[in-house]
Amino acid sequence: MYRWGSVATLVLACGSAGFASPAAQPPQRGEDIQITDNQIGRYGGTLVVAQRSEPKTLNPVTAADAPSREVIGRLTADLIHINRASQQTEPALAKSWSVSKDGQVFTVKLRHGLHFSDGQPFDADDVVFSFQVYLDEKVHSPQRDLLVVGGKPIEVQKIDQYTVRFTLAQPYAAAERIFDGLAMMPRHLLEKPYKEGQFAQAWTLTTPPAQIAGMGPFRVKEYVPGQKIVLERNPYYWKADQSKHRLPYLDELVFLFVGNEDAQVIRFQAGETDIISRLSAENYALLSKDAASRGTEFFDLGPSLEYDFLVFNLNDLKKDTDNIAGKQAWFQDLKFRQAVSSAIDRESIVKLVYAGHGAALWGNVSPSNKLWVDQTLPHPPRSLDRARELLKSAGFSWRADGALLDHQGKAVEFSIITSTSNAQRTKMATLIQDDLSKLGMNVHVVPLEFRAVLDRVFQTYDYEAAIMALGGGDADPNPEMNVWLSSGGTHLWHLGESKPATEWEAQIDQFMQKQMVQLKYKERKHLYDQVQETVAANVPFVFLATPDILVGAKKSVGNFQPAILDPNTLWNVEQLYLLPGNGASAGAKP
Amino acid sequence: MRNRRRIVAALSVLAALHLAILLAGFVAPYDPASQNRDFPFAPPTRIHFVNSHGHVHLLQPFIYEWRVRPDSFNEYEEDRDREYPVRFFRQGPEYKLAGLLRSHIHLFEVEGSAHIFLAGTDAYGRDQFSRILYGGQVSLAAGLLATGISLFFGLIVGCVSGFYGRWIDESAMRLVELFLVLPWLYFLLAVRSFLPLHISPTQTFFLLVAVIGTIGWARPARLIRGVVLSAKTRKYVIASRGFGASDSYILRRHVLPQTYGILLTQSALLVPQYVIAEVTLSFLGLGLSEPAPSWGNLLSNLQQYNVLVSYWWMFAPALALVIVSLGYLQLANAVHELQSG
Repeated sequence: MYRWGSVATLVLACGSAGFASPAAQPPQRGEDIQITDNQIGRYGGTLVVAQRSEPKTLNPVTAADAPSREVIGRLTADLIHINRASQQTEPALAKSWSVSKDGQVFTVKLRHGLHFSDGQPFDADDVVFSFQVYLDEKVHSPQRDLLVVGGKPIEVQKIDQYTVRFTLAQPYAAAERIFDGLAMMPRHLLEKPYKEGQFAQAWTLTTPPAQIAGMGPFRVKEYVPGQKIVLERNPYYWKADQSKHRLPYLDELVFLFVGNEDAQVIRFQAGETDIISRLSAENYALLSKDAASRGTEFFDLGPSLEYDFLVFNLNDLKKDTDNIAGKQAWFQDLKFRQAVSSAIDRESIVKLVYAGHGAALWGNVSPSNKLWVDQTLPHPPRSLDRARELLKSAGFSWRADGALLDHQGKAVEFSIITSTSNAQRTKMATLIQDDLSKLGMNVHVVPLEFRAVLDRVFQTYDYEAAIMALGGGDADPNPEMNVWLSSGGTHLWHLGESKPATEWEAQIDQFMQKQMVQLKYKERKHLYDQVQETVAANVPFVFLATPDILVGAKKSVGNFQPAILDPNTLWNVEQLYLLPGNGASAGAKP
Repeated sequence: MRNRRRIVAALSVLAALHLAILLAGFVAPYDPASQNRDFPFAPPTRIHFVNSHGHVHLLQPFIYEWRVRPDSFNEYEEDRDREYPVRFFRQGPEYKLAGLLRSHIHLFEVEGSAHIFLAGTDAYGRDQFSRILYGGQVSLAAGLLATGISLFFGLIVGCVSGFYGRWIDESAMRLVELFLVLPWLYFLLAVRSFLPLHISPTQTFFLLVAVIGTIGWARPARLIRGVVLSAKTRKYVIASRGFGASDSYILRRHVLPQTYGILLTQSALLVPQYVIAEVTLSFLGLGLSEPAPSWGNLLSNLQQYNVLVSYWWMFAPALALVIVSLGYLQLANAVHELQSG
């Protein structure tokens, strides 16, 4: 249908608007192209999406913020990739891999004859170089922790031009999953800055596009500060559809920088963007109302893997200016935390905060994570009576006016901090405030700027309770290590423990460490179930709810297949194409 | 004559509104913080006089309870199965009348388990009508108190600097200029960021009032100084000084009465201005925190796009604000015209 010649004319036709995007190169002999099984699309067009803020960098190793990673993910590729639809690993730049019997040696065979987006060849030297950078402590990559197994960094060794061997210090469950998202970088462009110790300054937003090259479906074309970043087709991309047309179909992918969700909604309604991700339930309801007449479609993909929770400050305080220590006596009491958990009306949170597009939670694993959720975890219904009993047995009493008093006669009063940028969490806090007032607790809701919340929770410990959310990266338990290990960097309720502060935290440490080296799914599941049960029994977090993933797109976007895993909508961007006009819906849809 | 009628009209509207707000507990059917989680964003309840059988109940109006449409989260329809008559002077939740007297009597209620939402509900199913009344207490009290503080300081500084002149006048007027150029919104943002993490709603309230009031004294001080300057050179003032009257006697007897007109118009101008200042602060999240209502934080719901376009009754607090502002400005205008003859 669409011959290469016709593609060239099509590109020339739109060339008058500016510089033409490069035409896709026909597959070469000896090039190990991956054939995708998507519906065959048509070439051409520009897809526009909005981002909350500008990416901070285009450097795959140092990027830590979501907007940067979203853009970089389209510019780069990894060896082994987690398919966002199936949640399973699949070969990417690696054509295949084999694991030794003890699970410690991975031998990865690379695809032959591939090229970076600047036309330079890709081989094992680039892989070895990329891992060298990721593992270099001086570069401070947030991904480095994942690559340290059993206290030792993974060893990377080039066997021949297209074979690399990875050696782990100990067996590591689901080890192939850690390759996901690790970008393979061009040695010919980045070795010089790396050797000069300038790696962190390489590939900023102002770097000339010609000096940035990756293995992803797109490459940088233009960056307009404060407005947008434009990506154009990588003419050497290593995937093609069943009729051997090299992907991606789109000429250009544009990320607009749009301040907040409401502004994104307005832009989408005006037709300025083609896809909208992570909608709030209210905006989802608002937009779906006239979806048909506007030629858009919206999808509720079910609960995300994220979990919202209330956390009490159990940290060892550095300095206690606001007399938080006096309140920590309550927070440290398991019965107090259980009472709070029992008094919270989770169904109302799902209904009023997520307009029914969400799920109540009693543990850290979302019900949509079918492989890992502990189905036997109890879901006790809300009970104020049980909460009162628990408080009574913990020595609390009530004043005549209904206020809750501790055993010293001090009225129970504390504040919950939330982020002003997240209306949902502030709403949850207001509902919880009302729930807990029924127990006689005087709770204040204090919305703060997001960075101020992070600073208080991670640095100064100057807060009493907070509502936050975690998770969502991957379905596997391993990315949760830093939350549940007592030494973990996201062990929010008590950071910087040199050894487990309580017995149950020690137990969780053991379970988590055991599951990490256990290769059999069944045993791992059993261990992770025990983690979930211990956490639920000891309530370090009061789990609240998880929102559904709500996304939308114009009907003219073909092959649109949103997924629960991040990035929800652009994970298959190379397969997306634009139907002519408003076009009848085509392509597989969920 | 026209002016007098305008004053009466403005005064009676303002008096009615202030009375309703002062007696919020009596007029409002519900506690402003009580959540009805089954009725998020319910539209205003319709009051019926004619039932489905065509019977007319002019003196005994009734309502139908809202019912959520099946497969919907916040679309409502009337449940026509049962009528709930509206009753007056009925027992309801306890409140404190004007912050003093405990009482149970409410102006109106509906019979049975139904709810009457005259101005709809917010995201938590809280009655907007009750919240507007209680929120008015905060907003109006803030406006009146801050006006009092401003005029008090303005009067003292204006009188002293106008009456004694020379270096006192010079230094006071330079101070006034300093306050006039102060970007008060940024100043308040800075003040708020120095406060501890949680302070109770009443503390926040008094603090805001104090800050708004103390910043705003400069302009009235200037005006009063002008009046005092001209008053002290009047012949009867000079005459009374000649008879040996003391400074305090002249100030009290001859100068202060001259400033009353300015005070009156200034207060009628400042009250709505300060009410709006409170609204601005709460709108920016610097005012009262949940669940205490004020007109500012009621209006801040409209910052969310979906609320702005979906729920028209969330604009109701703005209507109250417009009435108060127009009422006071009308009053100021009329008083001003009366004085200038």
